[in-house]
Amino acid sequence: MSELQRLREAFRTALDLPADAPVDDLRYQDNEKWDSLAHMSLVATIEDEFSVMIDTDDVINMSSFQEAISILGKYGINFNE
Amino acid sequence: MSDRAALVTGASRGIGKATATKLAERGYDLVLHGHGADAVAAVAAELSEKFGVTALHAHGDIADPATSKALIQLAFQSFKRLDALVVNAGTHAAGMLGMTDDATIERLFAVNAAGAVYTLRGAARLLARGKDPAVVLLSSITASRGIAGQAVYSASKGAVAALARSAAKELGPQGIRVNAVEPGFIRTDMLDTLDEKGREERIGDTALRRLGEAEDVADVIAFLLSDQARFVTGQVIGVDGGLKL
Repeated sequence: MSELQRLREAFRTALDLPADAPVDDLRYQDNEKWDSLAHMSLVATIEDEFSVMIDTDDVINMSSFQEAISILGKYGINFNE
Repeated sequence: MSDRAALVTGASRGIGKATATKLAERGYDLVLHGHGADAVAAVAAELSEKFGVTALHAHGDIADPATSKALIQLAFQSFKRLDALVVNAGTHAAGMLGMTDDATIERLFAVNAAGAVYTLRGAARLLARGKDPAVVLLSSITASRGIAGQAVYSASKGAVAALARSAAKELGPQGIRVNAVEPGFIRTDMLDTLDEKGREERIGDTALRRLGEAEDVADVIAFLLSDQARFVTGQVIGVDGGLKL
């Protein structure tokens, strides 16, 4: 499974979305399931999936799926397919 | 590796060192924090040798968010989780309100209040991965009772008690218990400023007629972190020998 697919799965799992739900354009609080509580769960799921510890500033700034890709790049996760 | 992993701040001496020792005795692996490098390194080496536990250490000013960040990264790299957190690092200054300068006010709140928030904020996600995770924050009996000459210190420690109560409600759904203790007059470096007369007065104010020992507080902290306190959260518990302030 590619890194991008792993991140999509992490979003679907943490936000309790259907297995085929599109997530690439998701933005924080645009989707009713991505609220502040779910955000902490999402961060924990991503941390577990990629075995990283995300800084608080990055947790706060992770406001979209695309932003998550950008932030995880700082932790050495490469999303180029 | 033992079953539980704990982070203890301010572990170089006093209550922090006594707590780290108590937890090591119970088989906890540790990440220890101290303001200076040498003292905390010595404590870590001592506990590792005496109890056969893993005792890692890092140092820095807990008022600087980078310090707690480094501690959390160390815990993550080593254990991937935390089962216990003791937020003990603090500073003390006494003085009448009208005689307390800006720098002292800022320092007391930066270390005691903001430092506690930085540490708990960073540790919360590692605690969520822990087994029966629990937190103990160090407030002070002066926070709930009030004492002349320590208004600013008391206020900064009152913030810690408030943090414990609210964090308990916020983190409880994740299974994380959060409590605080309020030590009374404990025989630590913080009491070194008292002369003999002041010491006698403090003892006279204490129903049990003695100063507390760091181990008196460490035992209560260890209890609050243990399974015996599994239904206790959001509490602020005095460890003061029956102090009348």
